[in-house]
Amino acid sequence: MASEHAVGTVEHHKETFISKYVFSYDHKMIGKQYMITALVWALIGMALSWIMRIQLAYPAEQMPWLETVLGRYAEGGILAPEYYLAMMTMHGTIMVFFVLTAGLIGTFGNFLIPLQIGARDMAFPFINMLSYWTFFLASVIMLLSFFVESGPAAAGWTVYPPLSAIAAAIPGSGAGQTLWLLSIGVFIVSSLFGSLNYIVTVLNMRTKGMTMGRMPLTVWAIFIAAILGLLAFPVLLSGAIMLLLDKNLATSFFIPAGLYIGGELLSYEGGSPILWQHIFWFFGHPEVYIVALPALGICSEVIATYARKPLFGYKAMVASLLAIAFLSFIVWGHHMFVSGMNPFLGSVFVLTTILIAVPSAVKVFNWLATLWRGKLHFTPAMLFAIGLVSLFITGGLTGIFLGNAPIDIQLHDTYFVVAHFHFVMGAAALFGIFAGIYHWFPKMYGRMMNNTMGKLHFWLTFIGIYLIFFPMHFMGTTGVPRRYYAFTEFEYTMQYGGMNEFITIAALITGAAQIIFLINFFGSMYLGKKAERNPWNATSLEWTTDDPMPGHGNWKGEIPMVYRGPHQFSTPEGKEDYVMQSDNTGFEGLEREN
Amino acid sequence: MKTSGRLDGLLFVLFFIIGLIACIWYLIRHDPGFLPLASEHGGFIDNLFVVTLIITGIVFILTHVLLVFFTFRYKGNGNGEKAFWYPDNKKLEIIWTIVPAVIIVALIVWGQVGWAKIFHTNPPDDAFVVEIVGEQFAWNIRYPGEDGEFGRTNPELITRTNPIGLDRTDPAAEDDIVVLNELRVPLDHPVLLKLRSKDVIHSVFLPNFRVKMDAVPGMTTTFSFKPTVEGEFDLLCAELCGLGHYRMRGYVVVQPMEELEVWLSEQREMN
Amino acid sequence: MKTRYLVPMILLAAFLFAACGNGEEDRRADRRPAEAVEIDPATAATAVTTVHFEGTAPDPQRISMAADRSCQELHTEPVYDRVVIVNEDGTLANVFVYVKEGLEGKSFPVPGEGAVLDQVGCMYTPRVFGLQVGQELIMRNSDATLHNVHASPTANREFNIGQPVQGMENTRTFNQEEVMIPFKCDVHPWMSAYAGVLPHPYFGVTGEDNGTVVLDNLPPGEYVIAAWHEEYGEQTQRITLGESERQELTFTFRSDPA
Repeated sequence: MASEHAVGTVEHHKETFISKYVFSYDHKMIGKQYMITALVWALIGMALSWIMRIQLAYPAEQMPWLETVLGRYAEGGILAPEYYLAMMTMHGTIMVFFVLTAGLIGTFGNFLIPLQIGARDMAFPFINMLSYWTFFLASVIMLLSFFVESGPAAAGWTVYPPLSAIAAAIPGSGAGQTLWLLSIGVFIVSSLFGSLNYIVTVLNMRTKGMTMGRMPLTVWAIFIAAILGLLAFPVLLSGAIMLLLDKNLATSFFIPAGLYIGGELLSYEGGSPILWQHIFWFFGHPEVYIVALPALGICSEVIATYARKPLFGYKAMVASLLAIAFLSFIVWGHHMFVSGMNPFLGSVFVLTTILIAVPSAVKVFNWLATLWRGKLHFTPAMLFAIGLVSLFITGGLTGIFLGNAPIDIQLHDTYFVVAHFHFVMGAAALFGIFAGIYHWFPKMYGRMMNNTMGKLHFWLTFIGIYLIFFPMHFMGTTGVPRRYYAFTEFEYTMQYGGMNEFITIAALITGAAQIIFLINFFGSMYLGKKAERNPWNATSLEWTTDDPMPGHGNWKGEIPMVYRGPHQFSTPEGKEDYVMQSDNTGFEGLEREN
Repeated sequence: MKTSGRLDGLLFVLFFIIGLIACIWYLIRHDPGFLPLASEHGGFIDNLFVVTLIITGIVFILTHVLLVFFTFRYKGNGNGEKAFWYPDNKKLEIIWTIVPAVIIVALIVWGQVGWAKIFHTNPPDDAFVVEIVGEQFAWNIRYPGEDGEFGRTNPELITRTNPIGLDRTDPAAEDDIVVLNELRVPLDHPVLLKLRSKDVIHSVFLPNFRVKMDAVPGMTTTFSFKPTVEGEFDLLCAELCGLGHYRMRGYVVVQPMEELEVWLSEQREMN
Repeated sequence: MKTRYLVPMILLAAFLFAACGNGEEDRRADRRPAEAVEIDPATAATAVTTVHFEGTAPDPQRISMAADRSCQELHTEPVYDRVVIVNEDGTLANVFVYVKEGLEGKSFPVPGEGAVLDQVGCMYTPRVFGLQVGQELIMRNSDATLHNVHASPTANREFNIGQPVQGMENTRTFNQEEVMIPFKCDVHPWMSAYAGVLPHPYFGVTGEDNGTVVLDNLPPGEYVIAAWHEEYGEQTQRITLGESERQELTFTFRSDPA
């Protein structure tokens, strides 16, 4: 199975600043570029959520400083409703695409795949470099949309037409929405470059002895997520192009006849708004798992490492990843139970949707079994992985409510949904990113992050996330709708005034706690303790590389051969509490042939 | 590799216990629960919710107790001591695949029984039919009048005073009544809502009635239900439709059929 | 430069190009080279325009404020949608009277004071008004409920502003001449207003007490005077004004345009 590419060295050319830090071909640098860009986006996304939260907690209150910060979006110190929706749309878009997708699979897919399977680089280093820079281009286009006169896109991150297609319907659907579609189009190209690379690299570039069944869970998760991306993103691309045409060239893919907007009868004819929803969610649901699976993979690996135990049920874990991935393509209709879609179709989607709970439950039970009678080391990475398990349970269980169509009649588009996806997709995936960063930082920068600051960061974030999102379940159960600019118009939504204030304060504090992480992250890059080669006594191949990490090519000498499965902790026969995959004890006869 | 961790294990325990108590306290103290129920099928939805809540609640507490207990109990000293070797257990894994599957299938089947009652059952012929036409940001509510038939509409006829473009030359349109934001439905009598939209997608949300259905431009969606409580309730929009989405407010009035007919005839005179 | 940087460089260049192109979008409408007009008060002429109404005015439609309780609270009396308002002396109110032709190529100072469109009791005040190109339009919400001012011009840029809070004011200007621009509140579909945007100050609106608009301080010359009503459309008359001349004009709108 091992490929011949695995051995031999990558040609070494003279490194310049541009070739090393800007248009680098080195997968490690590209991974870091993804990480830093996503980090910047995360801060922007978080700032947007703060603005939303402040509006929800203190509606109608004049805050002159808001005008100072936001300019014409908050004339007179009051955030206008159309710009609240723009902030909301951009928060969702940025977090889903640029932070959770690019930041998770982009960072760890690039950084880890070659290191963990024993390859000198990705299969297509040039395409890999292009992948980052197209992502960067997408980022810049999206950023530009904040500065167009009518403001950024405001039709929600799901950009349902006709609202998103007709400029008269909401200001953001002017130039802002066009830029949004362009940016997402470019982003999809970037994502496809990435997925292609991950898949080919995993299939072809594994070192000798690294069978598929011996790949660390993280690589498996990223590999499966990449397949999802390759199949799901093109669908969104075609949808986005059609929407762009509807918007700017008056085609009618999604827009029916007889629309009367802004005092004018529009000349569209023959489209269907529901078609967009099918296209969007056919992509949108796999997208949830493109985000979640790498986080779950990282969580599995981190838990095994710091519990000093083999991952319980490795095969079942891989199988459940595959099951989730497969099911994710046939569940999109659960976003559309009350969209006007035939209710019979709804019945089918209920079945497939709720079935996802089964592999998800298997994952949770296997994690618990891994923790059972372990020797737990509470590093920040481990804490974030345990936190992820908790968030995944909470968010996963609320999915059982939403996936059962009759309950969804009441809960659809309420704060219950907001709570659900922030737990299972937002926070859980974010915890995956944090666990990954804390775990692999020594390999990335050759230095250790500060343990105490890491723990403080975890506890403030973990508690904060529960304080922010758990109360939203109560609001949703009462029927408080999402995407509302203020809850001042209905008596029953007004009762949650105090709770909204509470959530906002929690969000501000939790957000501010991320400063601890930033200080730790950037500070440790330069001031952190020098890292040993394998500071966590982990088992996978990346920890066999020299320290400091060689540049392009990963291993100075030959790539190590693999003799055993991943996550071999506390094996009865091992001398220590871990056995590296490259450890040939017991396999001394198995010499490499070349 | 040395890591402190006693405190972390303790914090997990404390956070879980305090969180649980806070939740229970909030539930008792504020009773956030459901809005008062006012429809027949809503009872089923609420029951399904409660049963799901109980099942998931048990799973939530069970898994969290284990998670928290393990983190508290199994702290390692970081000296390379070995943990218990336990890579897999087929029987256990099969059990915890099948048990959730069975529970979940039971929930689905039960849910589908209710779903079928709500959507796969034709409303009776004498159902009280109302059409709701959403627009940014108001609800045009149309009653068919005595003939029980809605007249033709044509978007080309839309003006400020004819918001849904009713074609008054159609005899069926003559007695149609169009009002703004006032949805009146008869008590204890099946109601059939026909939903349309003039511009973007809206969603008719009647939280007390456990009714929600999108109003999609270019097509007609329906929802039928039976109001069981007299009084005034809210009508909200549940699908982002623009800057006024958050206050696209309608009023639902449930009253006995006789009173409703009196009101309808008043409206006809004004129309 | 090495060829392997070609692709990223092209991407970067394309992006920079796009970024610059975006900045250009804001370019203003071509300003005609205008001769500054100085009006000699000694020779200035006046057009006195009176708008009459003949026939029977349609019954005003009652607005059901029950559609929004926060509006309903603001009114004790029934509210009517008064499209056609006929004064006691037979004149017609809410007619926008303006100089349509005859001032081309002349430029006039833009008043520093803005025109105000107020929203009171879930109605627009005024319902018909005029302002100059470049003059500020101040939109005020005097109600404690959400209004949005949705202007649907054809020559100017459309805008749609939400005003959720009582006392909020937003300001916009129009860069192009346009008669008339409709304004609508999407939250309260009955609310409607019209603005005439002109490059000169010679316009007025007939009132409910007085159906006459006096266009004074006009330079002598030949003009087309127009009168516009939202229900009955526009009528025009051609006049020639001599030095210091004062002419009276009469427009008549009929309910039955036979």
